[in-house]
Amino acid sequence: MLRLSWLPLLALTTCGSPPAHQQGPVRLTVSAAASLREALTEIEPLFEARSPGTDLRLNFGASGALRQQIEQGARVDVFVSAAERPMDELTVRGLVDSATRRVLAGNELVLVVPSAEPSPVRSFAELASPRVRRVAIGAPASVPAGEYARETLRSLGIERAVSGKTVYAQNVRQVLAYVESGNVDAGIVYRTDAAVSGRVRVVAAAPPASHRPVTYMVAVVSSTRYPREARALGAFLLGTESRSVLRRHGFRLPETAPAEP
Amino acid sequence: MTLDWHPLLLSLRVASAALVLVVVAGTLTARAMTGREFPGKDVVDGLLVLPLVLPPVVTGFLLLFLLGRNGPVGSLLERVFGVQLLFTLHAATLAAAVVSFPLMYQSAKAAFQAVDRRLEDAARTLGAGEARVFLTVTLPLAWPGLVAGTVLAFARSLGEFGATVMVAGNIPGETTTIPLAIFFAADAGEMRAAGAYALLISVVCMALVVGLNAWTRRRVPGWRRGGGRRA
Repeated sequence: MLRLSWLPLLALTTCGSPPAHQQGPVRLTVSAAASLREALTEIEPLFEARSPGTDLRLNFGASGALRQQIEQGARVDVFVSAAERPMDELTVRGLVDSATRRVLAGNELVLVVPSAEPSPVRSFAELASPRVRRVAIGAPASVPAGEYARETLRSLGIERAVSGKTVYAQNVRQVLAYVESGNVDAGIVYRTDAAVSGRVRVVAAAPPASHRPVTYMVAVVSSTRYPREARALGAFLLGTESRSVLRRHGFRLPETAPAEP
Repeated sequence: MTLDWHPLLLSLRVASAALVLVVVAGTLTARAMTGREFPGKDVVDGLLVLPLVLPPVVTGFLLLFLLGRNGPVGSLLERVFGVQLLFTLHAATLAAAVVSFPLMYQSAKAAFQAVDRRLEDAARTLGAGEARVFLTVTLPLAWPGLVAGTVLAFARSLGEFGATVMVAGNIPGETTTIPLAIFFAADAGEMRAAGAYALLISVVCMALVVGLNAWTRRRVPGWRRGGGRRA
């Protein structure tokens, strides 16, 4: 039924701009988790150099929101999610090609505070203290970092104590911005996010057992008009060049490197 | 599906509180700006109407800058009173008030301009003070315009999103008003909740505008007849 509901939409969008096939470069739209901004922006020219005639358009946002856009028929070719859940939901509905689905990287969850001034926060447990007035995390329903953060707060038994002062951000980078500006006392982001900002300080890392492992997934969107190029990009993201960029930005990499395309 | 009613209640609280600020400030400012000429009046008028034409997110950005912990107003409030305005319902109220102020101001200004000045002058010759002239002559004559401004400003506050999302944060049950709830629900794929909130706010706003129109139609002929008498 779902397939039926999006097929006409696809047909409509496809006949809207048929010449794209023949003329100009192939434009691949990549919807990717906000935390991948720097790494993917760096990978983009590497891929384009390898695949002349392919032009990447990077669209960053909360994985849950990106998944939602794909469900609503947004024309996206490759999806990179910061968690398994959004990818699972698209897989179940056949909206991503499950054969192309791979684990891209891992990450770590950390507690950050503004580095400009001394902070009373030294651990996750202290978030429950009344001295901490505002805590930012991603909106758990759409932001994986927020979902992981909530799992950690729950496993530490402070979810209740923190919930009344939690500002739910639209994506993990907004959490970072809230902390950078000093408008919240602390925030929970990925270690790689903390690394891109000079204005936050990492005070603690979430115990790995306190939340599900942070798993970045990549897959080709079923409705892509360029399945060949999209698969090539998927393979490139798992390749050596891309891995070294991801590693340099602090992402954890899955054990086995898949074969180069 | 059980709908969380907090966003509606918060929106109503924000819009009501903003309305008090806007009606008082808008009416007095409009009164002060009517029938008075001074250098730079157009610029002042432009500044007062600016939030209407500026993208709300720009207004929100300015408020964020001002109210932030390191901003000029925010740091002052923090130092002197130890309070933080950002990410509170007060910030949402302020955002709604700033954005809806021009609607009240414009309506009130037009209403005051339409008041026959000879009637005010007549009251003055009969010994009425300025306050009395305003309360017993100007205000009753300008009433329909003021009511229209009030309703429009309220409806605008109720649906304020762009400026609000910058300064109110998203704290469910505390600062998540209906527009924010719609935005975050749609982001999370909770389309039924988003749709329900959208329907709710549309019905409320529609009712306000229809109510205003009905009221004006009944009220204005009387107002016109009043004008006819004085002509």
